[in-house]
Amino acid sequence: MKIDLTDTTASKINKALVETRRAIGIPAVGMVLTMVIVTDEENAYDATKAAQDAAREHPSRTLVVIKRTARTPRDRQGTRLDAEARVGADAGTGETVILRLYGEVGQHADSVVLPLLLPDAPVVVWWPVDAPEVPVKDPLGALAARRITDAYAVEEPLAALAARAASYAPGDTDLAWTRLTPWRSMLAAALDQARAEIVSAAVESEAENPSAELLARWLGVRLGVPVERVTTAGPVVTAVRLGTANGEIRIDRPEGPVATLSLPGQPERTLALKVRPTAELIAEELRRLDADEMYAVALHGEAATPKESVHHA
Amino acid sequence: MTATAWHNPLRDPRDRRLPRIAGPSGLVIFGVTGDLSRKKLMPAVYDLANRGLLPPGFSLLGFARREWEDQDFAEVVHDAVREHARTPFREEVWQQLADGMRFIPGDFDDDTAFEQLRDAVDELDDKRGTSGNYAFYLSVPPKFFPKVVEQLKKHGLADAPEGSWRRAVIEKPFGHDLKSAQELNRIVHEVFAPDQVFRIDHYLGKETVQNILALRFANQMYEPVWNRSYVDHVQITMAEDIGIGGRAGYYDGIGAARDVIQNHLLQLMALTAMEEPASFDAASLVTEKLKVLKSVRLPADLERSTVRAQYAAGWQGGERVRGYLQEDGIDPRSTTDTYAAVKLEVDNRRWAGVPFYLRTGKRLGRRVTEIAVVFQRAPHSPFDSTATEELGQNAIVIRVQPDEGMTVRFGSKVPGTSMEIRDVSMDFAYGESFTESSPEAYERLILDVLLGDANLFPRTEEVEESWRILDPVEEHWDTLGRPAQYASGSWGPEEADEMLARDGRSWRRP
Repeated sequence: MKIDLTDTTASKINKALVETRRAIGIPAVGMVLTMVIVTDEENAYDATKAAQDAAREHPSRTLVVIKRTARTPRDRQGTRLDAEARVGADAGTGETVILRLYGEVGQHADSVVLPLLLPDAPVVVWWPVDAPEVPVKDPLGALAARRITDAYAVEEPLAALAARAASYAPGDTDLAWTRLTPWRSMLAAALDQARAEIVSAAVESEAENPSAELLARWLGVRLGVPVERVTTAGPVVTAVRLGTANGEIRIDRPEGPVATLSLPGQPERTLALKVRPTAELIAEELRRLDADEMYAVALHGEAATPKESVHHA
Repeated sequence: MTATAWHNPLRDPRDRRLPRIAGPSGLVIFGVTGDLSRKKLMPAVYDLANRGLLPPGFSLLGFARREWEDQDFAEVVHDAVREHARTPFREEVWQQLADGMRFIPGDFDDDTAFEQLRDAVDELDDKRGTSGNYAFYLSVPPKFFPKVVEQLKKHGLADAPEGSWRRAVIEKPFGHDLKSAQELNRIVHEVFAPDQVFRIDHYLGKETVQNILALRFANQMYEPVWNRSYVDHVQITMAEDIGIGGRAGYYDGIGAARDVIQNHLLQLMALTAMEEPASFDAASLVTEKLKVLKSVRLPADLERSTVRAQYAAGWQGGERVRGYLQEDGIDPRSTTDTYAAVKLEVDNRRWAGVPFYLRTGKRLGRRVTEIAVVFQRAPHSPFDSTATEELGQNAIVIRVQPDEGMTVRFGSKVPGTSMEIRDVSMDFAYGESFTESSPEAYERLILDVLLGDANLFPRTEEVEESWRILDPVEEHWDTLGRPAQYASGSWGPEEADEMLARDGRSWRRP
């Protein structure tokens, strides 16, 4: 069921949600978190869709906050809140409210979001694009237990990583890090099998790939060896090589979804290692809502270029 | 996984995104053409691979009496996965898995077949780096267990090379009485060390069953009332709507009590009644479960506190069905129970005087497994009797299957001017708060076998202790004549209702 509310307030939206649920007979139980998506109109559709797919694993109330900018100075004077609420079949397992903020209310989005948060349930804020400089200090970010940014969605990913490192607070996380989980688990499993001391490491990827950079930093910190960055044609991360005394542990993924794993003294094997869609990344993010300490370690690890700020974890 | 102290620098307990991936290993399934293997084991292996929880190089070996090549076997697994897997089919995952599939045709008597198995194992160690770690899944009738383990021993398959492991996985029934269970354990333990034998009770792999422990010991609000001061009695039910189907050969002479109460229901009872374990490891859990199983007492008068029965012909869910004695392959004079109910007491400080009623049966109203903890009535009610006429006893019901979840039943005022109190339920459903994420029990259990995590597997002592509880009941039943009959599609025989009525209680309609 879909309801449009024009020029409205948070309490009217709340009332509409309760009435709709009652009308179609679904109680407001079972939702485990509130997901706040802060985006522009351009990215709203994809982000909402990804969140709704993820909500099948984590039933949630999704609040999409869209700030609209008017073209004329006269329109910019006015302030208005429009809402589009979807409950029941239209919203997957949870409910979705798309909030469009015009004019000054756009500066006070938290005042709209706060009354609409589920009682007692964790809040997650996701900026698909245009994340604030310091997520934890953002009025919406401050409401959240988990703040999701995406270093893929910026002009200069490596500078963005440096900014994230400088402003890191527990609860921050980045989809560039989430994208690495299959790589990291395969590398850990490969090392389980090889059981050898690593003496060198290299990460091959397309240029300026933030995931590759995080992977290299993580390997550097955990293995205690310098990690070479090699630029290839991509897509994304194409290979990781770990040197041991007996030869190389190598995972190659020239183009997904099949990768090959080579271990010293063993024949090559194929691995499934596909690039995952955003919905799966968000679902993974929502599985744990406590601080991701390993992300902090990787983020603060040895950066590639010495001129960037370097913190030791 | 092994004894050496090597630590993988890429692993860290703080890194919770990295899943528990099994170490290098392979799984050998005996009786791979069976139903269980096709419907549960193969799909579970695929689902694990799809979730990225199997190690690179994981190998699956099938052993059965078929003239198959490796490709034929892969084909069968492929079909089974397509039909029964929980997660979507992905070609790349399948490729990774299919590379490591081998099939060994042969009988359990056939020495050459076991030689071939040994060669296959060695070859996989070489080619795919399974590092000598193998689990042998005996998905075969128990009468073949001795033969298979003997052959494994004879061909050196049961001896783990230095730094690796060999495990045996066996399915119920774990014997048919205490003596046969001990015999079976002796045979298996001669070849595999007790801690390398994993007994599958797939109920223990279910999320809801694991959640019993989370519910009781991670929360503050249930444990204070979880005792004789507040609990009136506990009912544990496992009902099936199907008959024995084609399992006449297995079922006749075994019966419902041996098939279900001995393992599933007594395990559920142990988890419901046990004290808090010191920690969550296998040893502490076994200690507590054993303690409570050892304090279980049968009532002195078995005549009045146990019921067995057989389903009679009738209508179930709009379908005409045969009675047990009319089923194909069943002796018309069979006294095997298809319904069993027993009353048990737990002699300890927490539960003294609180009866546990366990019942199971085939051809009952619907398929359901649940644990109902029924509380005493409030000691004093300020409301007059008309107001509380419709109020029952408070209850916490853990639904194990289907529709996994939990219900709390309590009284609430009916809206209106007069004071009238009626039962209402507060419901938590797994499918509602955690959709899509519940893995199948077999996925969890197979992964645990490969990881060597024995938490969710009943150990030898528990199995033997359970038989010690059930044996007197079976012996008593052997002295009786024909079992009672109950209509198919009902909730069991009148005798069972009378058994509870004598205690002033009644069965819940699940």
